[in-house]
Amino acid sequence: MMSVARSDAEFEHLFEAIFERYHYDFRRYAEASLRRRVASALVHFGCASVPALEERVLRDPRTFTELLRFLTVQVSDLFRDPPYFRALREEVVPVLRTYPSPKVWVAGCATGEEAYSLAILFAEEGLLERTQIYATDIHPESLRSAQAGVYALDRFARFSENYLQAGGRASLSQYYTAEYSSAVLDRSLKKAILFADHSLATDSVFAEMQLVSCRNVLIYFERSLQDRALGVISDALCRKGFLGLGLKETLRFSTHASEFREFVPDARIYQRL
Amino acid sequence: MTDSKSPDLAAIVVGGSAGALEALDRILRALPSTLPVPIAIVLHMLPGRPSGLSALLSDRTPLSVKEAEDKEPLAPGTVYLASPNYHLLVERSRTFSLSVDEPVLFSRPSIDVLFDSAAEAFGAALCGVLLSGANEDGAQGLRHIGAAGGTTVVQAPHTASSPQMPAAALAAGKVDHVLPVEQIGPLLARLARTAPSSAPLFAEARR
Repeated sequence: MMSVARSDAEFEHLFEAIFERYHYDFRRYAEASLRRRVASALVHFGCASVPALEERVLRDPRTFTELLRFLTVQVSDLFRDPPYFRALREEVVPVLRTYPSPKVWVAGCATGEEAYSLAILFAEEGLLERTQIYATDIHPESLRSAQAGVYALDRFARFSENYLQAGGRASLSQYYTAEYSSAVLDRSLKKAILFADHSLATDSVFAEMQLVSCRNVLIYFERSLQDRALGVISDALCRKGFLGLGLKETLRFSTHASEFREFVPDARIYQRL
Repeated sequence: MTDSKSPDLAAIVVGGSAGALEALDRILRALPSTLPVPIAIVLHMLPGRPSGLSALLSDRTPLSVKEAEDKEPLAPGTVYLASPNYHLLVERSRTFSLSVDEPVLFSRPSIDVLFDSAAEAFGAALCGVLLSGANEDGAQGLRHIGAAGGTTVVQAPHTASSPQMPAAALAAGKVDHVLPVEQIGPLLARLARTAPSSAPLFAEARR
């Protein structure tokens, strides 16, 4: 596993080359995880070395698309970390209600589980009709699968449990149709979400938001890139807008810490000052 | 960072699962509050039995004990625990990173993930300790620590309540020290170039 990238130069060269050729910027990703991911990619592609992988990736865009999966994809759950969604429902939604048409941004949405969880929550709070949810990611395949809103049916036992712990008001089964071994999420949920390509590493603000949910995304960035991404998020948020991070993430080590106050500390929900 | 052949110890990493909590307890009691290096620990816990661990261990050692946070710098004299359901990694900038990547050997946090990254970050200035446990997580990571010039310590399998983890480490490669648990704490204190607490009981009485 670890024999990879003994040479830092090779490792850096790979990501410089990818940036130049494909404009995806992994140069300031937290290195330790990235190394593990490149190591798995070497095994998957049958490449003996990082330069061999680089050569293949540069020659063949399809290899690059496949490599992206190794470098970016996260698996999440519907209503992952129920206390987070419970806190949103109980503490944040009452404030969002006061906006005529709240905008919500799921930054780094991967295959869409978080965005759909929010859509369900907003539907139950009677807010979905007037809410616009943006869900962005850098991985085209993830975005496509997020847009499809189809998940393996066998994951729904856990999803349902999460949903109930998160304060769900009905039954999760109300929001999907089972087809063979898949569950297809309801069209009304999909309609409320705009899935789009956006990079926290290279793109900037595209709308003013009342809530940004960016969970377990920033942990993959090194500090300078975290600061850049948090800068974009901070700029996107309206005054008194909300930011939700992963349950083990904190703003404490960020240069943007002073722009926020803790709103629900245990759920890692912050409020823009 | 130093380039000398046997650099001073800069960090200790510890892994274990079943039966490791008791061992860890004894080890921490043998370490002085002036320990000049950080300790990062992955213990496999049953899911849904989270963070009581740091409170539990805090009562047993004069060192400060906490869950490691993303981007937190490693500080001497501090015991860092991996949070349930996240991998814990050390960056070469000697700060922690978390990840929610797939479990490794069914484990998240995974000992291998911590050990591999710490070996990259600290090289020969690292000491890795593998304790009692019922799977093989950590064996490859410990081998990597050894390969990077670090010091490797394994709890003697016959003294471990679950010998599979230490045995896997011994099968995976050469290990510097194979010791019963009561000798591990004093060894770590020596490696860290501090006087070991004279006895676990004393450390307790002092509090």
